[in-house]
Amino acid sequence: MSESTNGTNGTNGREDQSLAYAPVAGTEGAKRGTTKLKIFRGDAEGGEFVEYETDMIEGMVVLDAVLNIQAEQAPDLAVRWNCKAAHCGSCSAEVNGRPTLMCKQRVNEYEGEIRVQPMQAFPVIKDLVSDVSWNYEVSRSMTPFTTSQQAPFTMYEEDVERLYEPKSCIECFMCQDVCHVLRTHHKHPEFAGPRFFVRGQWLEMHPMDEANRLEYLKDGGGGIGYCNITKCCTEVCPVGIKITDNSIIPLKERVADEYYDPAKWLMRKIRGRKGSRNGSSNGG
Amino acid sequence: METNGTRENYEVREHDVLIIGAGGAGLRAAISAAERGFSVGIVTKSLLGKAHTVMAEGGIATALGNVDPEDGWRTHFMDTMKSGKFINNWRMAEIHAKESPDRVYELEQWGALFNRTPEGKISQRPFGGHTYRRLAHIGDRTGLEMIRTLQEKVLATDAEVFMETTVTKLLKKDGRVVGALAYTRESGKFIHFKAKAVVMATGGWGKIFKVTSNSWEGTGDGVILSYDVGAELVDMEMMQFHPTGMVWPPGVRGLLVTEGVRGEGGLLRNAEGRRYMEDYDPEKMELSTRDVVARANYTEVQAGRGSEHGGVYLDITHLGYEGIMKKLPTMYHQFKNLADIDISEEPMEVFPTVHYTMGGVKVDPETCASTVPGLFAAGEVAGGLHGANRLGGNSLSDLLVFGKRAGDGAMAYIEESTHSVDIDEADLQAELRRVLEPLEKKEEGESPYLLQQELQEVMMEHANMMRNEDSLKEGLGKVLGLKDRMEKISVPGSRLFNPGWHTAQDVRYLITISEIIVRTALERRERRGAQWRLDYDGPDEDLGKINFIVTRDAQGEVGIERREIEPMPGHLADLFEEAKV
Repeated sequence: MSESTNGTNGTNGREDQSLAYAPVAGTEGAKRGTTKLKIFRGDAEGGEFVEYETDMIEGMVVLDAVLNIQAEQAPDLAVRWNCKAAHCGSCSAEVNGRPTLMCKQRVNEYEGEIRVQPMQAFPVIKDLVSDVSWNYEVSRSMTPFTTSQQAPFTMYEEDVERLYEPKSCIECFMCQDVCHVLRTHHKHPEFAGPRFFVRGQWLEMHPMDEANRLEYLKDGGGGIGYCNITKCCTEVCPVGIKITDNSIIPLKERVADEYYDPAKWLMRKIRGRKGSRNGSSNGG
Repeated sequence: METNGTRENYEVREHDVLIIGAGGAGLRAAISAAERGFSVGIVTKSLLGKAHTVMAEGGIATALGNVDPEDGWRTHFMDTMKSGKFINNWRMAEIHAKESPDRVYELEQWGALFNRTPEGKISQRPFGGHTYRRLAHIGDRTGLEMIRTLQEKVLATDAEVFMETTVTKLLKKDGRVVGALAYTRESGKFIHFKAKAVVMATGGWGKIFKVTSNSWEGTGDGVILSYDVGAELVDMEMMQFHPTGMVWPPGVRGLLVTEGVRGEGGLLRNAEGRRYMEDYDPEKMELSTRDVVARANYTEVQAGRGSEHGGVYLDITHLGYEGIMKKLPTMYHQFKNLADIDISEEPMEVFPTVHYTMGGVKVDPETCASTVPGLFAAGEVAGGLHGANRLGGNSLSDLLVFGKRAGDGAMAYIEESTHSVDIDEADLQAELRRVLEPLEKKEEGESPYLLQQELQEVMMEHANMMRNEDSLKEGLGKVLGLKDRMEKISVPGSRLFNPGWHTAQDVRYLITISEIIVRTALERRERRGAQWRLDYDGPDEDLGKINFIVTRDAQGEVGIERREIEPMPGHLADLFEEAKV
């Protein structure tokens, strides 16, 4: 049995017997002199920017430079990263004050100084690492996908294609970092932040979801009213989600329809509130 | 080691089930246990949702038959066994093929979204080595959809998640695993987890190689933690090289280019413009199995027919910009951002990259129990399902099918036993001191970063896609040399989020795994799937009936046993007989 299938394996007619692994050319990349980075070194108590110099390699991104510095000069330099391909959203930091995925940002795109610091809307743990655990508490507080339907679902491409955009969020939390409601006004307990409005969008638009999150979005920790649509979040999103236009504004409209529509307000006065949590009714 | 009587402090946490690893398998196991009311603790080295599952792109292999109604579990089972060159555990392959449809629909039930067919069903795309169009997918970010769905499901349970926490040792009492010792990366604070059962779901160990699609986390912690408490490992010589990793620029070398590109009709060409897969697998061409395509790509470059930066060309321009943005948007952005290449206009340059570890902890197919009571394993850290070569898309379904079974298995085990989970204080203190040692050395020692880099070079040179006895032996000598130097690792700084200290823990796993891989690669004297010995001509019939089982022997050294594979039962063997007719 095994012979018949192994046969296809042996057809390497043009096989070379060499063991050398390196491709023919250009594996290490040309060095282009050196580059300097100022990196925040410190912790919750405070710290300072320290200047490092490292080899500049063609095509190098900020994370490459930080990891080279870590391996060669500063073994205890704290930095959070995983995939190095802009898929996982771990290596968020601020470069020259702007939230940036370090794995995606080329070093040679900066002219002059490169200052790297941790995200500022969250408590600093050490060096480039900040404490983003609050975001997971917000996530826990939202009613998850809820349905009484049984999969497999029949859903058509046109029913779901607008969900693809919010579903592509990689949870880098840079939209949270840049949002002034969190960053400047520290409304963390009352305001979920752009990331979770993105999540709210797909949940509310999913054809099979039956939960009602409007009260949550308004008063229950969502606090969507605090957002005054400055679009800072949209500008920093590394996967190009139009957070303000496609997530926040439609949710604000739903909240407005639900709570500020005079006809619905009257109905509530007469009939009382229904379905405050996971309610099947959305008031109309 | 000197013991001066100072006692290290630690926190104690107690759970019914401790799950180590928060990728697809760990989270799926956690959901099973938490939904049944068991107390669950989940430990992950990274933040929740960043595990390697998030990197999976192409899709979940499952015989739904939505696009090709002829498909069914039997064909999926046969494809899996053929690709694994029949050293797979046939019962795991059977369970996997039968149960994966339910696991995928369950994801949909929990809010996961997949691309649709015109009839409104989950769409399925073709992939290498799969007879039918079989991969449920959402563009080229299926892993993100899967992990986010599981993560949000877990966060809706009472399971406790310990993020950025590293396990250093499994704790054993009276022959059973009864918990683990860990530290919080942020603070360096130690935690003693007491647990009636442990599910190992830590993923693979691609980081033993320099060029890999794996993130820093892929250091094989779980396989060595399990080996250290006596668990059997299987098929450790089998490392998968994915045919298509990026080659340029240097910083992204090895980064994955999804097989979905070939699934969507991507063509491989050499510098002469020739579709060389004709020479390697004229029937399946670009959609041959990964072992075959990887060797083809490698061979073309070796023969001087490579691209500018030492790869081959992968061309998807026929889809056009619109098509690419619909089917492969992540790939578009990846090449645009990182390599300045517009893949709708010009071909990509690709070369094989270390991707996946077929071998791992040997488990019981029904319960995912390892050979040590109280220890279960699922996902990439477990071995058996994939044999000598994994089919694309089979890993995501593996995580779901066996993640669930591991959770169920652990619960059944707990319900049957009433054992103590206490551990002697002296044992805990000895482990704490061992872990702290690199920080406490006063003299300057070996750098864990440089040791890891050296190891990666050694494995690239001696245990790569093409192997032979002389080179493997030379590699073994070098690995053992690094093993000696490992004792001298020292790191500056404090316990507070100190990556140097973290890397010192990782290096121990990496070096031990490398030794095991080189030793088992020396034993398997044949060409089979991912194990390609240039000093042997082809597959060996006798070795086709053998798995190499590794255990830590009485002297603490790597013990290797040849174990006969149990013959396939009639109802499975007959499938292959019928197919021949």
